[in-house]
Amino acid sequence: MSNFMKVEFAAKSENESFARTTVAAFIAQLDPTVEELTEIKTVVSEAVTNAIIHGYEENEKGTVLIECELKDDNISLTIRDFGNGIEDVDEAIQPMYTSKPELERSGMGFTIMENFMDHFEIESIPNHGTTVTLRKKFLNNQSAYN
Amino acid sequence: MALSLTYDFEQKQDVLLVRLTGELDHHEAEQLKNDWQSYLQNGMTKHVVVNLENLYFMDSSGLGVFLGRYKEVKEIGGEMVICSINYDVQRLFELSGLFKIIDAVENEAAALARLGVAL
Ligand SMILES: Nc1ncnc2c1ncn2[C@@H]1O[C@H](COP(=O)(O)OP(=O)(O)OP(=O)(O)O)[C@@H](O)[C@H]1O
Ligand SMILES: [Mg+2]
Repeated sequence: MSNFMKVEFAAKSENESFARTTVAAFIAQLDPTVEELTEIKTVVSEAVTNAIIHGYEENEKGTVLIECELKDDNISLTIRDFGNGIEDVDEAIQPMYTSKPELERSGMGFTIMENFMDHFEIESIPNHGTTVTLRKKFLNNQSAYN
Repeated sequence: MALSLTYDFEQKQDVLLVRLTGELDHHEAEQLKNDWQSYLQNGMTKHVVVNLENLYFMDSSGLGVFLGRYKEVKEIGGEMVICSINYDVQRLFELSGLFKIIDAVENEAAALARLGVAL
């Protein structure tokens, strides 16, 4: 089994729920557990929110691109923005590190992504943008007949 | 457009009871924060109980809102207690270490009793 989807949308906060719901609908074909679905929705929400708040600093002219690939029981997700980028990725992924404490961010987004997924990778170029790649193998979706 | 988060506030003596329903993300966080802050400044509130029974989805934006209000409650000398937390939201609280500072109890009655409100 293999499948693929790609969606691009404006960096508006009202699209955060659109993004996570869309990915959840797409991966439903893998028959994920409720917990797996919640994990995927949460990490999509984290990465898209980061693109909007940090990548574009809430400039709604930016766009966010999500690609999702399914292969057998594996999901691969990339969330990309073309915004500010990250100067120091090692610092950014530290739990509790945030560059925007005044916006009530708590620096947990990357920690959540790392915890909820099997694989997590950031590629970022200052002033060009950031791509987050997330992978996970679904465990509980073995249909009895295949 | 349907609201993805709704909430109501109820004053019980010096305790502000906040009930959240729906999904709490960055899009919803700002309005919740502003409304919540106006209740904290009403002069009647010392403690806060947050009922999370019907909060179906939350991400780090929610953690930020709770941590922000926790600090404000501490400043007025009060306590914040959460109740009826579901499994998904509980995982985020655990990951972020929020349980080290905010107590979680079974339900509203237990939370109010903890804060000395006679039922
Ligand atoms: N897409 C991005 N573009 C630019 N900078 C980013 C991006 N994503 C994350 N960052 C940087 O990495 C830091 C850590 O991100 P993380 O999601 O862990 O925390 P946060 O967004 O600050 O807080 P929280 O996610 O808890 O609300 C951010 O504060 C920001 O400086
Ligand atoms: Mg974040």
